[in-house]
Amino acid sequence: MSATEEEKEQTVAEGEQAEASDEQAMASPEPVKPGTWLFIIPLVAFFIGFVVHLLVGWVVFPLLLYAGKKQPIDFNHKLHVEELGECEGCHYFREDGSFSGVPKLANCVECHEEAVGEHPEEAKLVREYVEPGKEIPWLIYARQPQCVFFSHAAHVNMAEMECATCHGPVGESDHTRPYQYNRLTLYSRDIWGHNIAGMTKNAWEYLQIKDSGGTIDGPARMKMDDCAECHEEKRGVKDSCFVCHK
Amino acid sequence: MKLDRRTFIELSVGFSVGAGTGILLSPVNWKLMDDMTIWSQELWPRYQLGGLKGQLPQRGEVTHVDSVCTLCPGGCGITVRKVGDRATKIEGRAGYPVNDGGICILGAAGLQLLYGPWRVPGPLRRAGQRGAGQWEQVSWEEAIAEAVKKLAALRGEGNAHTVACMLGSDRGTVPQLFARFMKAFGSPNLMRTATAEDTYELTLGLMQGVTSSVGYDLERANFILSFGSGLIEGWGSPVRVIKAHSIWRSANVKERATVVQIEPRLSNTAAKADRWYPINPGTEGALALGLAHVIIKESLYDDNFIRNHTFGFENGTDATGKGYMGFKRLVLTKYTPEAVSRMTGLSSSKIINLARAFARAKYPLAVWGRGKGTMPGSVYECMAVHALNALVGNINRPGGVWARPKVATQGWPEVSQDATAWTGYGMPRLDGAGTKRYPLTGHRPERLFQMASEKPGAVEALLVHEADPYYTTLDSQAVARAFENIPFVVSFSSYMDETAHHADLILPNHHYLERWEDCPTPVGLQKPLLGLLRPVVAPQFDTKHAGDTLMTIARALGGTIANAFPWEDYEGLLKETLADQWDTLEETGYVEQAGYTPPAWEQAFGTPSGKFEFYVSAFDQVGMTMRKDVGYLPHYEPVKPEGDAALYPLVLIPTDLMRLADGPVGNPPFCTKTLEETELKGNDLFVEVNPETAADHGLSEGQYATLETPKDTAKVLVHLFEGIMPGVIGIPKGLGHTGYDDYLAGKGVNANSLLGVVEDPISGLCATWGIRAKLTRV
Repeated sequence: MSATEEEKEQTVAEGEQAEASDEQAMASPEPVKPGTWLFIIPLVAFFIGFVVHLLVGWVVFPLLLYAGKKQPIDFNHKLHVEELGECEGCHYFREDGSFSGVPKLANCVECHEEAVGEHPEEAKLVREYVEPGKEIPWLIYARQPQCVFFSHAAHVNMAEMECATCHGPVGESDHTRPYQYNRLTLYSRDIWGHNIAGMTKNAWEYLQIKDSGGTIDGPARMKMDDCAECHEEKRGVKDSCFVCHK
Repeated sequence: MKLDRRTFIELSVGFSVGAGTGILLSPVNWKLMDDMTIWSQELWPRYQLGGLKGQLPQRGEVTHVDSVCTLCPGGCGITVRKVGDRATKIEGRAGYPVNDGGICILGAAGLQLLYGPWRVPGPLRRAGQRGAGQWEQVSWEEAIAEAVKKLAALRGEGNAHTVACMLGSDRGTVPQLFARFMKAFGSPNLMRTATAEDTYELTLGLMQGVTSSVGYDLERANFILSFGSGLIEGWGSPVRVIKAHSIWRSANVKERATVVQIEPRLSNTAAKADRWYPINPGTEGALALGLAHVIIKESLYDDNFIRNHTFGFENGTDATGKGYMGFKRLVLTKYTPEAVSRMTGLSSSKIINLARAFARAKYPLAVWGRGKGTMPGSVYECMAVHALNALVGNINRPGGVWARPKVATQGWPEVSQDATAWTGYGMPRLDGAGTKRYPLTGHRPERLFQMASEKPGAVEALLVHEADPYYTTLDSQAVARAFENIPFVVSFSSYMDETAHHADLILPNHHYLERWEDCPTPVGLQKPLLGLLRPVVAPQFDTKHAGDTLMTIARALGGTIANAFPWEDYEGLLKETLADQWDTLEETGYVEQAGYTPPAWEQAFGTPSGKFEFYVSAFDQVGMTMRKDVGYLPHYEPVKPEGDAALYPLVLIPTDLMRLADGPVGNPPFCTKTLEETELKGNDLFVEVNPETAADHGLSEGQYATLETPKDTAKVLVHLFEGIMPGVIGIPKGLGHTGYDDYLAGKGVNANSLLGVVEDPISGLCATWGIRAKLTRV
């Protein structure tokens, strides 16, 4: 056995046992007498390491993992709902039953070919998107992974679910909240949920998301378990894989 | 406290254990585990594919656009599924008269041609050596100006007639615009690629005196005798024929038809036929006459038709009082089952039984055109097969062969030519088509290249549209030599095909899914039909409709050439030309004559006798006087394959595969993927060899061999196949491209380069069916 390996063994033994054996004491250059206060050193080190990393895991990690982006236009849902009616006014179903999702520029142009008010965001819309005829690169909070087949028609038209059940009361917001996405997976933070532990309530019980401008209601989580849980609750079965993963 | 070794160890170990516990009690591990699965499943493959952009299909509204496929002459109706502004899938158009919802593998892969990397991005001018692939991107104005400069210079020198034009078809408004351009410019040398359809047209002209294309009433036939036609390998309009094949193969006994395949190789069509008769390659005409012998001898023919509506069946005397031999006498004396058995290698009893079964069927139909029908073939052979149809009286009858009138584009003003145009247009054609030697033929594309390679200066400029003669013309090396003698080649191709690759200027046309165009009746269809191509997506590159490019060139040339094109643009021209049909076309996408029936026998024939002529008196009319009576009759005149039998003991025949496009459009990657490991392995092509032949040559499965013909040599792999006759080698057509891109170029061997051109004595078209070859172990 080489000298280094010997030392390692001793290190492990010392770390786990505060009171060293005679044999180890013999091997140490400066023996520690049993019963001195020095046994507290590893405990303090343990505590510091524990607290620091707990903070890293719960506080620093989410800050590193997620990046934020601003929506291209700070959209006022509340105002548009007042003017145009319910969600379906803009987020409508097409004739073939497919869901239109986020409106295209053409929908905006119907009213905003020229600025109708004096809001700077509207001026930005007209200047940067309407006039050059460029689609607005909206960032979609609730975009599910590519492997997921999700039909709005089945949920909204057939099961008669409210939009807010999954998306939160978006229609009541004055501003768009920042779009946060996972740097690794590039998915929206809304999918995993804003609680980094993922141990939040279900999507249909909104989460108060803290934002610079205050608190905004958003979906708590949109993971597979949430789909399955609701399916089980409403349909009696969790459903097969291929119901969503075609 | 002194930080000694022990304290240091205690601190670090304590801290580490604390850190580990802290991290374990935080969500880091669980969250990262979840993220890593997503990352490895979705992100990593995308990074490997070259980044995150453009890998995922857009989301958007799903729409469907109806158009017509032009990847082969089949003219199927298609429905393209779009998501947002991107085309995502091509499906067969339900209810379309040709294919009713069906689609072939090539048609379905059309999107790869649209979005693939082999598209020509915009007008290109050659920068390096010819064929080196060095291009300079120029503006449309510059490109057109360059073409105009060269063409105007040639015209100015009195060399307008040295400008030749090669098209893929002569039907529809765009080919006719090219014809108009050539006429106004002053060159008679308008060419197009020739196929078996041309030979059948010629046969119909000779035997029935009509200017018609052949149409087969396949769906109603119940005994199909195929002389090597690849009925499920892309012959005719592929989807339509495959659908008809499904009817024939139906489990319903009443609908079920008998299919007999005559072919030296067990093709898919042969494998699915009721009977397969391998005969010596090139003897199909002899077999047809042998069958005619039995039918005549046993009086199994349609007596009414033969007696009342044919000429030259019995011996007789013509209007000038000259005696002639009838078809009956020729067939009865020369084509006895025994004699035919010797020629074809098929036993007499099989010949007799086949003839009886064919003649006794309710709706017998003999079809002709080897493989996909891309090679013109022998006129006498076609006449012999057509004579079989006449014997059973199925001409213009249900389940028979119909003559479908060729419709020319109507309503265009006459071209007024200036003196230069008049002189140039009046010069003899380079290919000799329409001359005393070949009075019946319109185009002899192979001859153009022979002339160009023999006579420098004969072709000073070549315009190529919807054709890839550099690849598809047999004897590729001769074509390459010809290109060296053509100083200015302009390609209108959407793809970087071989011809475009060897051009000096590329003026890329819109892809077929990006443009308006008319698509007249597909090959082999019995009823007239006009389909409309419409833009499915906006042009993806800086391309221009060939019609518009040509009109811009014409306008820049000025004078009478400009005057010949009074239309503002191609779309305007199309609407004006299709006038009263336009509204229907725009709304439904096609105009059909569902109730069309061909004329009855009394009115059907425009021959001098007014009857179906076994003895073709039209030959005398056009000045093709034959030395012997037999020359006027369908007879067997062997087309000798090139090469000395002593040097080249084997015979090489090209084979056609449904999964391999062998025309001017390169095989898309989706189709190439479907080739089997016994067809293409890596970049090496397999040839099919009978185990007997292989044993004689010391070859075994998967071995490399050198395949040599009088035209070229290639390294191939050997695939032992008992379905090919001993002494015959089969080579698939459609590989060995040098143009396009890495997905196609360099894969396999171009069969066309190994084959040579054997001219048919009547049409002057390429009658080649094979070539002599040698196979040696490497």
